[in-house]
Amino acid sequence: MSDARVSVRKTYKLFIGGKFPRSESGRSYLAQDANVALASRKDVRDAVVAARAAVKGWSGATAYNRGQILYRVAEMLEGRRDQFTGLGLPAAEVDDAIDRWVWYAGWSDKITQVYGGANPVAGPYFNLSSPEPTGVVGVITPPSFLGLVSVLAPVIVTGNTAVVLTARDAPLAAVTLAEVLATSDLPGGVVNILTGDPAETAPWLAAHMDVNAIDLAGVTDPALATSLEEAAAGNLKRVIRPPAKAANWSDDPGLTRMTAFLETKTVWHPKGI
Amino acid sequence: MFEYAPAPESRAVVDIKPSYGLFIDGKFVDPADGTSFKTINPASEEVLAEISEAGQADVDRAVAAARKAYDKVWSKMPGRDRAKYLYRIARIIQERGREIAVLESLDNGKPIRESRDVDIPLVAAHFFYYAGWADKLDHAGFGPSPRALGVAAQVIPWNFPLLMLSWKIAPALAAGNTVVLKPAETTPLTALLFAEICQQADLPPGVVNIVTGAGETGRSLVEHAGVDKIAFTGSTEVGKAIARSVAGSRKKVTLELGGKAANVVFEDAPIDQAVEGIVNGIFFNQGHVCCAGSRLLVQESVYEPVLASLKRRMARLRVGDPLDKNTDIGAINSAAQLDRIRTLSDIGGEEGAERWSPPCDLPDHGFWFAPTIFTGVTQAHRIAREEIFGPVLSVLTFRTPAEAVEKANNTPYGLSAGVWTDKGSRILWMADRLRAGVVWANTFNKFDPTSPFGGYKESGYGREGGRHGLEAYLDV
Repeated sequence: MSDARVSVRKTYKLFIGGKFPRSESGRSYLAQDANVALASRKDVRDAVVAARAAVKGWSGATAYNRGQILYRVAEMLEGRRDQFTGLGLPAAEVDDAIDRWVWYAGWSDKITQVYGGANPVAGPYFNLSSPEPTGVVGVITPPSFLGLVSVLAPVIVTGNTAVVLTARDAPLAAVTLAEVLATSDLPGGVVNILTGDPAETAPWLAAHMDVNAIDLAGVTDPALATSLEEAAAGNLKRVIRPPAKAANWSDDPGLTRMTAFLETKTVWHPKGI
Repeated sequence: MFEYAPAPESRAVVDIKPSYGLFIDGKFVDPADGTSFKTINPASEEVLAEISEAGQADVDRAVAAARKAYDKVWSKMPGRDRAKYLYRIARIIQERGREIAVLESLDNGKPIRESRDVDIPLVAAHFFYYAGWADKLDHAGFGPSPRALGVAAQVIPWNFPLLMLSWKIAPALAAGNTVVLKPAETTPLTALLFAEICQQADLPPGVVNIVTGAGETGRSLVEHAGVDKIAFTGSTEVGKAIARSVAGSRKKVTLELGGKAANVVFEDAPIDQAVEGIVNGIFFNQGHVCCAGSRLLVQESVYEPVLASLKRRMARLRVGDPLDKNTDIGAINSAAQLDRIRTLSDIGGEEGAERWSPPCDLPDHGFWFAPTIFTGVTQAHRIAREEIFGPVLSVLTFRTPAEAVEKANNTPYGLSAGVWTDKGSRILWMADRLRAGVVWANTFNKFDPTSPFGGYKESGYGREGGRHGLEAYLDV
């Protein structure tokens, strides 16, 4: 009889509203040698409800506060670095993902200054344009962990909340990220992560009337991308199309992933005495 | 109440041709299959001119001309030279301002006071503003050497015909794109005059192309495989159709769509100023304004005095000849639009809201609708939910600021909003919470080329005006 310790295996679950439920459908599938929850249409709806409920608090938090929380996520990621490399991710990619998260954390209190500003109108008016979050954003992530971080962080740093559909065959890093998020002071519902098959769940997300925007970064099937974009037109969701050519997530991300999900509000007031 | 003597502006400054071709590659040309339609003066139903209807072959020609001009001339031209052309256009618009204003009022039905004092000065201002960007794109904040997109397809509505043209063409050209623009079928004349202005400015052929026609022409244009960018201003319904039609393509799209703006009046607001703002918010341009303040939310404690003052003010609005300098409210732009306003107003009555208009004599010919308010309106009423696009105001009440926010945001639209209060902290609190692209506090319907304009939610995406307006025409 061996003395070898029998390990405790992990059950991989969804992340909705800050909690880790199984799929309401009771389904799971095998991916990366683990049984992973196979999210259903109802899970998508629950995640949207949670994301909507979180919009008020998260978009109303100060930029300083949001920046602190995102930076805290980076701290937790750093501390759990081995957990990600243990999933078989290259160490360099994990490091890049952590650095990418730190980079976005710093944008929370700068994007308004860079992207908004005072407008010198021809009249006695105070006139100021400021970016504001658009609301609930659906994100279909690419299989890479750096890709996942590169599409999720820009959505939430500006005050949006997210419903994330992970890549079908590479869900474990996303579930592990959910554990990081859950221990990072991020309010429940700001990020919701659904594992499963985006080809099944994404159409419900794209057609959902309470979702304001959608990022199709991880959609590789052009026919599916087109149908999702068509569904998104139903309530004029803001859409980021899949990259034209295979994305290199190590490239400088620029601002467009943030600004695509920002509205510009312009406030006028007369000046006088 | 005084009576004013008629003070009509002279039509002599305007030379309307009996018929117009399409403006393609710097020349006026006949449409490929020779069809046409008439544009009329909505104040008299008099036919003003015969207008060409562009079919698919014409749209093909226009897009090809724009592509050639983009590849060979415009994208290669230094920004400082593009700037000079835009400055030339701005100056010509100023020099011919009176002529343009009269033509706009004739074709659209809007009061000359508005076309002369608001629309046309803003048109010139837009060209001046974006002219100055043409040689400064590296400094616009979108990274070094941002590139133009290519050929822009632009479809504009009838409510501010030349102003909407300037919002579309000025930033497109400044950023280095070439354009094919389709004006609305009821108001093509100032766009065709603009084509002449392009000739007068010696703008290289093909940089601006104008194709006239109705919905089918617009559809051919936005669905054309040869365009890289679509800019549309119009109804939310058509905007959604465009968003669907570009799915799977690489075309960039900006949409300025409908609105149902709340104009919120608190009990501490200066009532006289607020009433002026309410009137300006809904009766400016006959209410043919996507950001019109069509839902008035009045704090219950001041409902009676606000309403009394509003009715008194409305009784002094002068409805009639758009070319009369004393006219406040001109003609409804078309029979179809008048029909829609009547239908929705009748539904307002049927659903139980109380309708009121001041006594006023409407002209015998043309399309007219008296300024109208509905009281006792609830949030479920169709007149409180659907855009009427006419001089019709729905009045609702609220008790607390939180309720005002709740009601103001209770719409799929999110284009604009108004707030009237003497309390600065409340203005800022409200401005934070209103889900709208433009918030006017203690003022309404203010526009400026330096100031981004555009909607949240189903009022569309993208911004026009300001630095943000350039982004819509650059590959960033």
